[in-house]
Amino acid sequence: MTISEEDARRARTYGHADLTGLMALMTGDEKHGPAATSTLDVLWVLYDRVLRVSPGRMRDPGRDRFLLSKGHGPMAYYAVLAAKGFVPVDWLPGFGSYGSPLGHHPDRTLVPGAEIGSGSLGHGLPIAVGAALGLRAQGLDDPRVWVLIGDAELDEGSNHEAIAFAGPAGLDRLHTVVIDNSSASHARPGGIAARFEAAGWSAVTVDGRDHEALYAAFTAPHPGRPHVVVAQVEPKSA
Amino acid sequence: MDTMRDRFAPVMSRLLDEDPRVAVVLAEIGLDAFAEVRRRHPDRVVNVGIREQLLVGAGAGLALTGLRPVLHTFASFLVERPFEQVKLDLGHQGLGAVLVSAAASFDWPAGGYTHMAPGDVALLDTLDGWTVHVPGHPDEAETLLRHAVAAGDDKVYVRLSVQSNAVGRPVDGERLLTLREGRSGVVVAVGPLLDTVLDATTGLDVTVLYATTVRPLDAAALRRATETAAADVVLAEPYLAGTSTAAVSDALSDLPHRVLGLGVGRRELRRYGRVEEHVAAHGLDARSLRERIGGFLTAAH
Repeated sequence: MTISEEDARRARTYGHADLTGLMALMTGDEKHGPAATSTLDVLWVLYDRVLRVSPGRMRDPGRDRFLLSKGHGPMAYYAVLAAKGFVPVDWLPGFGSYGSPLGHHPDRTLVPGAEIGSGSLGHGLPIAVGAALGLRAQGLDDPRVWVLIGDAELDEGSNHEAIAFAGPAGLDRLHTVVIDNSSASHARPGGIAARFEAAGWSAVTVDGRDHEALYAAFTAPHPGRPHVVVAQVEPKSA
Repeated sequence: MDTMRDRFAPVMSRLLDEDPRVAVVLAEIGLDAFAEVRRRHPDRVVNVGIREQLLVGAGAGLALTGLRPVLHTFASFLVERPFEQVKLDLGHQGLGAVLVSAAASFDWPAGGYTHMAPGDVALLDTLDGWTVHVPGHPDEAETLLRHAVAAGDDKVYVRLSVQSNAVGRPVDGERLLTLREGRSGVVVAVGPLLDTVLDATTGLDVTVLYATTVRPLDAAALRRATETAAADVVLAEPYLAGTSTAAVSDALSDLPHRVLGLGVGRRELRRYGRVEEHVAAHGLDARSLRERIGGFLTAAH
């Protein structure tokens, strides 16, 4: 069986409805609170319908890059990677154990399909800027770069170095998804999109549980400008 | 004489022309010298503005796509300010880059402590897998820059300084050079301190080794030197005193030995002025070095 056939078999096997079951293999609990699933729908729509990447293309220079910057609570990420055949499902029960490649923060050198390791907040977006520059410098015009961050992660100043640079630099292959679960202690309504827009980004704010709205936001044209999708989900404290 | 930093942009311009993998990332500092080559390679000479976390993070992103990033600014803003990016975006991500610093420990004393980085090499010593080059002459800087860029996907630090020896030596990016041989001890002179060390040890019966690549330290050459000279080792380093004491002790761990680490003091001087005044204040002038080296070696016998 070739890799692509294996991919196809796995892709047929798992759908969105299976994700909570896959997460349960890690958490031992069929029910997950909003915090654990805040990224779940965004990740599913991206991997299912938007990102041009698959287990057979993990080293393809022309693949899209997805960088999970908000590495905390990565069960939803691992579940999607397992559903899409990047990570064997039988790795999931070992989550967080000494012998497992799947930690409470991902390590790119251990997790197939993980483009970066994360955990310390505010690192993914600057790296994504560099990846976008690197692809451009090599004439790889097709691949897009995606980075997922959290609303409270935007507290970190390093993000603002990247946001302020990417807009004027016209990095239109760069895409950021901000999972907004109102977890920042100091924030004002609309502040996230406004911050990106002020730096010249295209910005859309949508319901982070609505797959069609997410898909439309992810695929909206934004010529000459980087694009941010603010995906609003239930407040963390709710 | 031109400075090491004067060589940086010309060398990098040639490397940018020769090797499509090479990319230079700047944070305003040093940008003017790259104006011409930037027109030829606009996508591989990037200025991120005064954003040093982005400087290192974006460098890591370039490496992630297969390029060989060369990042440059003053040492304090390249290693100290974005240290977590150096630790995580390069080290933890398993990515390589060449970090080329300027301003060193006190190249611009009138600029004060904010522009001094005597602790840069010691900080990198807390991380795994860094090669550290400390050239002592512009010609050596040119050689070591080429070695650094050519070193696959290694993590390499090149520490440029306005302090310089009168002539360059045939450095190879790896080994210690033996400049004098004696029997009563070994003095390891690092980078731009060599001329002063040679002056300070005139007439002393010591071996003088010249180090321009301090990590990894050439342990084999150091051990060989201690076989003919005594295992009394003096380090003269142009950054924080004692930075390489542990590396020397590791190299000689199965031998009785003594080590004296000379270099820049930890205490903040809160002085401006000129480089020579700071050299003297840290006891790194020839007279002070001779006293301290002589005292240490005499005490052994």
